[in-house]
Amino acid sequence: MITQAKWIKQYDENYVPVGDNTGIKATIGGTEMSIPLDPANRHYAEILRQVAAGTLTIEDAD
Amino acid sequence: MSKAAQLAALIGSGQAQGNRNLVINGAMQVAQRGTSAVTIADAAQYRVDRFNAYDNTSGAFTYEQSTTTPSGEGFINSTKLTVTSADTSIAAGEYAYCAQYIEGTNFSQCGFGNSGAKSVTLSFFVRSSATGTYCVTLANSASNRSFVSEYTISSANTWEKKTITVAGDTTGTWLTTTGIGLKVFFCLAVGSTYQQSAGSWGTTSFAFGSSNQTNWLGTNGNTLYITGVQMEIGDVATPFEHEDVGTTLAKCQRYFQTILNATPLYNYRQTGNSVAETFTYINEMRATPSFTLTRNSTIFGSVNTGAGTDGLGIYGASTTATALFVYQSSTDASAAVTATVIGEAEL
Repeated sequence: MITQAKWIKQYDENYVPVGDNTGIKATIGGTEMSIPLDPANRHYAEILRQVAAGTLTIEDAD
Repeated sequence: MSKAAQLAALIGSGQAQGNRNLVINGAMQVAQRGTSAVTIADAAQYRVDRFNAYDNTSGAFTYEQSTTTPSGEGFINSTKLTVTSADTSIAAGEYAYCAQYIEGTNFSQCGFGNSGAKSVTLSFFVRSSATGTYCVTLANSASNRSFVSEYTISSANTWEKKTITVAGDTTGTWLTTTGIGLKVFFCLAVGSTYQQSAGSWGTTSFAFGSSNQTNWLGTNGNTLYITGVQMEIGDVATPFEHEDVGTTLAKCQRYFQTILNATPLYNYRQTGNSVAETFTYINEMRATPSFTLTRNSTIFGSVNTGAGTDGLGIYGASTTATALFVYQSSTDASAAVTATVIGEAEL
């Protein structure tokens, strides 16, 4: 069960976000995981499904 | 048929050759996530490698690796499931199972979805405190082609070997990619929405068993053990193919591996740029994995624990390698930490 999701960006040396989103930080089954933007990854596929179903919103990166 | 003819047929079918088991870790020996019991909920969870369990009933059960095995068969381990909260009345939309998903690249040899689809035979050892009719269901990736097979557990708390042969499905869409080629469900309970008659291919969306399936979750304390799971091409169940544990572990690491295990990382800042370390995986993974990041300790330096995941971040991941950043809180400092990185690319 995915309970929280937030975009991850690439950061510079001072932890300032630069460039595009590179992944998603999500809490899955109580464990925080970094999810790649790969449709073959089951967690990313589930995030896409839940977003499409309106049951999950991905928060902006910090 | 003469013995010679039987042998010739067996050799011709490929069943006399090694590496014939399409199921990975059928002897339940590899458990990289740990061996102790975890409670299964409304999300597929793994304990013994490659076997997931799922439960959306109002009951509950645990999943662990066990050392209880059938005598004289050479097994060391089994999967053990135990009901910890009973659900005496399974609602229409409720179901529970233990399953293995076989990758399409491995299952493609069965030719499902084509006129030449081959029969497959599933064999396994099972033991339960609850006797009755149980189901094994084979399904495609979309779960819109399913074959439910029934088997009977005759004696409580007694190991029994079961064999199920299923004619190949000549229609439907069966992936031959790195996606799911075949789902093998060991049903534990199933409500009416997800039931399908046994004995033929059907199109029920997400069928897990028939209406005859025993409600294994009906009594608190019920147990069910499984080991020696083997699926092979053809109509004959050959003896379980024991393989060396190193080979099984390597197969499992395509789907789950500990990339770093409390490994020291020395991260030096150079002219204002962070340095990331790149790690090659033990084995190439099926897909770009999800990562669990843990900073075990800080050896020296200042880590920006508010950045990323407790100061750690992934960059540039692929199926073979990734880079790990250690974010620092000072522009001219170096830092060293110990970190654990787990990669997961299950189907």
